[in-house]
Parts: sequence; C-alpha cells; structure tokens
Amino acid sequence: MKRFTLPRLIGVTAILGAVLVVVVVLAMGIGATQVPVLQTLFGSSGGSPEEALRAREILLGLRLPRILLAALVGGALACSGATFQAVLRNPLADPYILGVSGGAALGAIATAAFGLDRAPGGWALRPLAAFAGSASTIFLIFLLARLRGRASNYPMLLTGVVVNAFFSALILFIITVADYTRFQQVFFWLVGNIEPPPWPTLAALAVALAGGFAVLYLLAGRMNLMSLGEEEARALGVDVNRVKRTAILVASFVTAAAVSWSGLVGFVGLMVPHAVRLIWGPDHRILLPACALGGAAFLVAADTGARTIMAPIEMPVGIITAAIGAPFFLFLFQREKGGRYFD
Amino acid sequence: MTDAGSAPPAGAGATTGRDARARLSLRAVSFAYSQTRVLDGIDLDVRAGERLAILGPNGAGKSTVLRLLAGTLTPDAGRVLLDGGDLAAMRGADRARRLAFVPQESRVAFDFTVLEIVLMGRSPRLGLLGIEGAHDLEIARRALAFTDAEALAERPISQLSSGERQRVLLARALAQEPDTILLDEPTAFLDLGHQVRIHRLLSGLHRERGTTVVFVSHDLNLAARYADRIVLLAEGRILRDGTPAQVLTPDALRAAYGVEVRLVTDPELEAPTVVVLGPAASS
Repeated sequence: MKRFTLPRLIGVTAILGAVLVVVVVLAMGIGATQVPVLQTLFGSSGGSPEEALRAREILLGLRLPRILLAALVGGALACSGATFQAVLRNPLADPYILGVSGGAALGAIATAAFGLDRAPGGWALRPLAAFAGSASTIFLIFLLARLRGRASNYPMLLTGVVVNAFFSALILFIITVADYTRFQQVFFWLVGNIEPPPWPTLAALAVALAGGFAVLYLLAGRMNLMSLGEEEARALGVDVNRVKRTAILVASFVTAAAVSWSGLVGFVGLMVPHAVRLIWGPDHRILLPACALGGAAFLVAADTGARTIMAPIEMPVGIITAAIGAPFFLFLFQREKGGRYFD
Repeated sequence: MTDAGSAPPAGAGATTGRDARARLSLRAVSFAYSQTRVLDGIDLDVRAGERLAILGPNGAGKSTVLRLLAGTLTPDAGRVLLDGGDLAAMRGADRARRLAFVPQESRVAFDFTVLEIVLMGRSPRLGLLGIEGAHDLEIARRALAFTDAEALAERPISQLSSGERQRVLLARALAQEPDTILLDEPTAFLDLGHQVRIHRLLSGLHRERGTTVVFVSHDLNLAARYADRIVLLAEGRILRDGTPAQVLTPDALRAAYGVEVRLVTDPELEAPTVVVLGPAASS
C-alpha cells in the first residue's frame, strides 16, 4: 500500500528527520580532532575549561556551520531534482545534468571573479546572478527543445550536458582573465565544495530555501498529475503551463541559492529522489519532504566523507557525489532502456 | 435494449443542427497545428445522453475534434460550449468535474500503482488540502470494480498489458464522476475480446448513469454497433452526421475513405455491417 495518507506522510518525515539528526550528530564527532559531541554540548567533559571551550569552538564554530550548509544544499538539490523530473517527465533530469547548476555557477563566478560581490551590498549580488544564470539556462534549454519540435527526454538532457560544458569553459575563461591567483579556490568550487559559511549566510539561505520548498509543496499534487503527461494533466483540470513555469522557476531559484554557496555539487538531485521513490513510491506529496530530509542527510554524510577520507586533505564533496552518482546514472539509463517506463 | 443504435431519426442527418439539448457544441471552430489547418469552421452539437462516434480517415481531424470538446485544445477561431457556457472560460477543475478524457494510450513518467492513478481522477474534486478521503477511495474502488480491474489495484502501472491499462484509464475517468466521457480510439491497441468488453462497459455506463459518450474510432462496425449517432469527418469538415444507417452508406464511405463497400444486414443486429470490397475505382 503506497497510497498517500496523512499518517504515512508524518511517518516518513519522522523517520527521515531522525536519520538526519543522527547523521548530523555523527558528522559533528568526526574530524581531525577527536571531540566527544554529546558530552561537549550537553554535559561536562572531563578536561579543563580551556579544553571544553576549544571543543565547543570546533563543534559549533567550525563543524556545525559546514554541516548545516551541506544539509541545506543537499535538501535543495534533491527537491529541485524531483521537481525537474516531474515537470519534464524525465526521471533522469537533475539540475546538474540539465546545466541549471552550471548556469548558476557561471552567474555566481562572474560576480566573484570581478570582485563585484565585495562591493557594498554585493553579498546579495552573487545569489541573484546565480539565479539569473540558472533561470536563463533552463529557458534556453526549453527554447532549443521547442525548436526541435518536442520538449522531452534525451535530446533535452543532451542539450543540458552541452550547455554545461560550454559554461565550464566560460567559467575557466573568466577565471583565467580576471584573477589568476584565485584559480584553485574556483577550481574547487567548480567541483562542488562546502566551506563553513558565516551564520547570517546560513540563516538567509535557510529562509530562502524554506520559501522555495513551500511553493513547490503547494504544487505537489499537480506534479503527480503532470507525470501522466501534459494532455492528461490538462484534462484533469491542471493549468499545465502555469504549473510548469512556476515549478521550473522555483526549482531554478532553489538550485541557484544552493550553488551560490556550494559550487557544482552533482547528482544529488538524481540519486536522492530515485532512492526515495524506490522505498516510498512516486507521490510528490511524500517525495518532496522526503527529498528535503534525505538529500540533507546524504550530503552531510558525503561531505563528512570528503573531509575525512584523505585527512588531513579535504576533498571537494562534489568528487564524492560524482563518484557515486555517475555510475548510478548509467545504471538507471540502461535499466530504462530495458523498458521499465512506458514506451 | 440492444447495443445497436436505435435513436429516433429526429434531428439527425443535419450537418449544422443546433439542438436545445446540446451538452457540448463546436461553433464555427477552426484549428491548425502550426501551419497545417486541420479543422475549418466546424459546427457540431453533442446531445446530452447520446453515444456519439466520430469516424473519418487519417488526418480528417477526429482526434482534434475530440480534444477541442474535452478542452485540452483551444480553438484558433470559433467557440466550444458546455451547456451553453464558454468552455475556455471555465476553471480547469470545474471542467474536469464535468468532462473526462481518455487518451489512446498513456505514458506515466513514474511507477504509480493502479489505485494511485485512479485516485488522480478525484483531484478535481478534492478540497483545499488536496488529500483523498475515505469517500474518494470508495469511488476509486467502485470505478475499478466497474471496469473489472479491482485485482490490479496495487500493481505498478508499468506492469500492465494494453487491455488492463485501458481499463485503468477508463476507471480513472469514472472516478471523475463526469457527465460526459470522451475517448480517443479507446480500443486501438486491443484484441477483439477487449474491444467488445470496453464498448460494453461504455454502453453500461451510458445506460446506468446516463453518461454522454463520445469516442473516436477507426472501426466502422464497432461504431455502428455501439453508437447512436455517427459523425463522419473528411478533410476537416463534417461529411455526414446521423444514425449509423444514415451515415454508413457506400457513397459516404467512398467519399471519405476512397473504398467500395457493401452493406449487409445481420438478422440479429439493427445496424448495418460494412464489408469492404476494395479501393474505389477513381479517388
């Protein structure tokens, strides 16, 4: 029985919420310095007051912001992926594969490379430019698909991949021309990297993402109908063009907000929705909240891996997600050709 | 009551008749896909409670007429009326409570279960929260029972055969509790047994609930048996409109399809049976 009910929604949310909390607590305890998490936060550690202070500083000042950023980015990318998959009716769609993340990265890098984000009020410029980049990318992809006649499936993904490659070239060009000394930092960012952000940034990001999620969740029922096909959705009373426009715009916004702070973390939007569908079915009223929590837990775990596997070297988390995600994509691709979905 | 068409001939035969009982009407409707004009100033009334078959050769505009009636396409010129009101001005959910559309086949992007798909038919009738209640579940289960698909309820939609899938699409349409159901070649991919079963379901629906049934078909004999009225389209215009006996004539079928036919009458059936002899001498 995979049918949507309220208790089911609450149950799934509770399970994944608990998973997220556990992952966060574990992640806080893992790192170059051994810090007992629960004792430091809630009890008295055996050591001196200086040691306790230092432990708190490591946990709350360094690890927690980074973990929270990973959680926000992971949840955002997973929800954005689920949304793109629903409105494009393509289970392989993902903000990274479609080039939407790349568009956001181009916008963000352009402002950073020319120092615009250090101007007064410039902190808002980076996410705005990222949003402009992501939104124009998805509309460009739609335009190209429409010129070909049909806006669906593999040609669209292929267009996204090509657009992505083009943007990467542009980004590298900008960096080379603008500020050669920042090359390594930007290179990390291109692969997807989580740096501990300041608290106000985290708070602003959380608010923006919560708003985006609320809008997407209002569309969840209509996303179910959209997966029947546009004509059938229309016959069931859905204002298809409006839902599609809104969903894509908000998903691009959510992607841009995440990419502005994390760079190009790939494949989260592909893997997490698929895993959730496998366990709890495709109903978007459950899928979206499950993706938010599951995506958060997944990226926190991946980022913890990124900073510990090669310790003391910290890898960009995008290396981990791509290393898992690319084989995952190929697996799905060949399975779908085998006729799991209708043809 | 037999399955055969036995509607009184009153009003039938006119190509542009305006009927007071009209449920759905096309008024001077034209439609083009990009540059290709498909329909050219068509008038058509679908009467409440009738079974109407839309026939015609490929490219005649059958499916376009059906989609205009269902409101999934909007005309380039002219108007589509539902009980005299403009269909294009209705809210989507209001329209979907009155009209159900059954496509020829369906490609679902994700693997919903059959019951979930049928419950989607309730969406135009759900409250603000958009959550199905016990009543909706009951109606979905009844719809599945009506189309003999109860046993499929928990199966993933991707694992059904064409015949099973068609019954599920029909059940979803029933869950909408529409007064009019519009079907695009509902039996195109089905074998003989399933073709007859689907049409019997539709006739049962018509008889028990007074549902208006409009279907597009390529099968002249199925249409003759299961429709009260046939509209024959050719090149974007209505060539004939009337009872099966009035429309399925050698002249009309030669003009529409370019074939020679002979009509035979089976003693058990009221409607004529079309026997195709071969292509027309000059077409």
